[in-house]
Amino acid sequence: MSRSVSYRLLLFAAITVAAVVFLLPTFVRPAPSWWPWHQPVRLGLDLQGGTHLLYGVDIDQAVDTTLDRQMQDLERELRDAQIGASTLERDGQVIHLRLANVDKRSQVLDVLKDRFPGLVMVATPDAAPGEMSLTLEPREIQRVRDNVQEQALKIIRNRIDQFGVAEPTVQAQGSDEIVVQLPGIQDPERAKELIGRTALLEFKLLGEGPQAGTVEHPGQGVQVLYGRSETGRRQAYLVERRTLMTGDVLTDASVSPGSATEGMAVEFVLDARGAKQFGQVTTASVGRRLAIVLDGMVESAPTIREPITGGRGQITGRFDFKEAQDLANVLRNGALPAPLKLLEERTVGPSLGKDSIRKGMLSFAVGTVLVIAFMLVYYRGGGAIADGALVLNVLILAGAFAAFGFTLSLPGIAGIVLTVGMAVDANVLILERIREELRLGKTPRAAIEAGYERAWYAIRDSNVTTFCSGLILFQFGTGPVRGFAVTLCMGILTSLITGVFGTRVVYDAVVSRRRLSTVSV
Amino acid sequence: MAMRSTGQPEKAAPVQHHFFEIIPPGTNIDFVGMRFRMLIVSWTLIAIGLVSIYLHGGLNYGIDFAGGTMVHVKFAQSTPVADIRGALSGGELREVVVQNVGQGETEFQIRVVGSPQSGSAAVADSIKAGLKARFGEGTYEVLRVETVGPKVGKNLWRDATLAVLAATLVMGAYIALRFELRFGIGAAVALVHDVLITLGALSIANMEFDLTTVAGLLTVVGYSVHDTVIVSDRIRENMRKMRRETLATVMNLSINETLSRTLITSGTAVLVTAALFLLGGPVIHSFAFTLLVGFIVGTYSSIYVASPIVLYLEKRQVKRR
Repeated sequence: MSRSVSYRLLLFAAITVAAVVFLLPTFVRPAPSWWPWHQPVRLGLDLQGGTHLLYGVDIDQAVDTTLDRQMQDLERELRDAQIGASTLERDGQVIHLRLANVDKRSQVLDVLKDRFPGLVMVATPDAAPGEMSLTLEPREIQRVRDNVQEQALKIIRNRIDQFGVAEPTVQAQGSDEIVVQLPGIQDPERAKELIGRTALLEFKLLGEGPQAGTVEHPGQGVQVLYGRSETGRRQAYLVERRTLMTGDVLTDASVSPGSATEGMAVEFVLDARGAKQFGQVTTASVGRRLAIVLDGMVESAPTIREPITGGRGQITGRFDFKEAQDLANVLRNGALPAPLKLLEERTVGPSLGKDSIRKGMLSFAVGTVLVIAFMLVYYRGGGAIADGALVLNVLILAGAFAAFGFTLSLPGIAGIVLTVGMAVDANVLILERIREELRLGKTPRAAIEAGYERAWYAIRDSNVTTFCSGLILFQFGTGPVRGFAVTLCMGILTSLITGVFGTRVVYDAVVSRRRLSTVSV
Repeated sequence: MAMRSTGQPEKAAPVQHHFFEIIPPGTNIDFVGMRFRMLIVSWTLIAIGLVSIYLHGGLNYGIDFAGGTMVHVKFAQSTPVADIRGALSGGELREVVVQNVGQGETEFQIRVVGSPQSGSAAVADSIKAGLKARFGEGTYEVLRVETVGPKVGKNLWRDATLAVLAATLVMGAYIALRFELRFGIGAAVALVHDVLITLGALSIANMEFDLTTVAGLLTVVGYSVHDTVIVSDRIRENMRKMRRETLATVMNLSINETLSRTLITSGTAVLVTAALFLLGGPVIHSFAFTLLVGFIVGTYSSIYVASPIVLYLEKRQVKRR
């Protein structure tokens, strides 16, 4: 046997062993503890049962809200600068401003330049000198859009975490959609309620001193709440159970540049009732930390530096602009930066999932047996080799699912069944070609050589096109359809590896050992 | 003009080969000569399909595309469709479609297309309530509930159309690049042909047209081209070998030479999709049906549609010269 043949045989043996290693935990549960791999193949919701929710984030609404806020700020700034606007109104995504005094125009432009970098003038040729139309800069709109989806994602994730479901998926899809997958949840009502409800924003003092206890044993009137620390890790806080204020007393919050020494700041404004409450709280607790709790998660816990009695306060810290923006959003809206709309809801019961697996496996078994039997009868020796490649192909394909953590859906199983039917095509092409070459009077060795060589072009071109359709399918589809596309593409790759290169090794090994006068194809 | 089949080599082969063959070597069916008759067959099939789609008022859109609510239930005992319809009439459920899926009269898909003002969740709830009131709890099991908003459906429709179009263009372009432009055109026409006939078959069989059906269609697109490539590849090879023969002769020879491969591969592919169709369960029923029809039509079109188009384009070229 030549060295190249031995190497290739070794390579295929290694691939086979690897596939078995990855696959065993899927079929033997639990796998022995010494086994190097423990992750079984992940099943899609259609196979294990569960709930799939698709939410749309109303991004235009978020842009409108941003514009409204900018308009309010502008009105305040203009009032502070003693420039009266006779009208200031929003029409769609454009703010119309008409000045009472045309001479103040340059002053207004200064204010806009200094304080409102996100606003740009809309050219309106027939506008009077005192009229201006303003809109958000495209970059600013993009930022709002990106931000909104990201924030909605974060909030949903937080809420789902509280729901306590194993391996939930919360993912952005496109620019304005969010997919939530809850395996094993049959009754999505509670989850939907949790995701869709308005957020609860509370202010609570952090527990202090020995009576606060520890995280393991919180003291009387103290609870443990979690938040994300600066490094993004989960961090536990000891928080007094008593809620001092809720978010409804906040009227506004915004990011302000702050001072050079302290960095970004978040300014907030309270209503009259809130101003009174907050004044009392802060006067009594200077030096303590006040936790800002959103839906039971600690968002921030700033230290109270001085009594805040005027209804206006500022939170400073080592946050960058985005973090400051997030905190301002939390304070302002409580939670969701834009309304969420449930677009799609799919629930699969566990028995249907089990039934689907059973039926998928049955059709797989029947299809495979039929194909294997046919190849064996029609091509005898060559068919047996092709069948070996087919079995190896399925093994590698399934192993790849386990190894790469792809999700197997029912269409995915169908994809595997389909791969079985189509993978033999390469072998059929090669074997037919070998037969033709043999009929031309070539020796078995030459016929095999020519068969592989000539068939390769057809195999390559045909598989490239099928692979392309798989890629397009992946791009188009979601969920189960993607699962099918992945299987289709993976199946093409593995069938090329086993059907073309794998069978070739076998022929090479046989041919190199002895001079063949016949070959069974 | 001499044409020799490859079956009888001049030199006596040292070994007599005995193969198990469906198509004996030297088979020479005049496929190219039949192309006009087949053109009629193709057009007839397409026309029947389109008429069926027209008469049905469009395809049988699942809620994926139309938006709406679907509840998939399984009864412990066989239950007449009329009983279920009766249980669901009245209230806000107006246009309820009850379809028996799977074997026996136990599994049903209840669909309400479109969502009312009160929201789609309400529809699912009132279906469940109606079933509970009529049959009582425990006599049936809710296997699946799906609710899709109208906006999603519209987006899906657009995405699906785009995907099929993109696939057609990409495949055509690839073949035009690897072979010649006319082969690319031939493959693209064959592909549209396959998609149209498959859509017609879906309509005639009243199969639900949903997301997975589109996945099936795209797979058919891939398969159809796959098959066309194999035949085209042989035509190209033979064109080099036999420069003096007419394209029609080369084509006929090539189709005949690849015929057994075509039949065997289509055979195995159809075999496994038939297994999926018969045994795979109701969830992928329309998907398997799409593949089954598409594969058969795809095989047919490689022989009778793609090649004649190439020939037609060749003749036009010759005439212009």
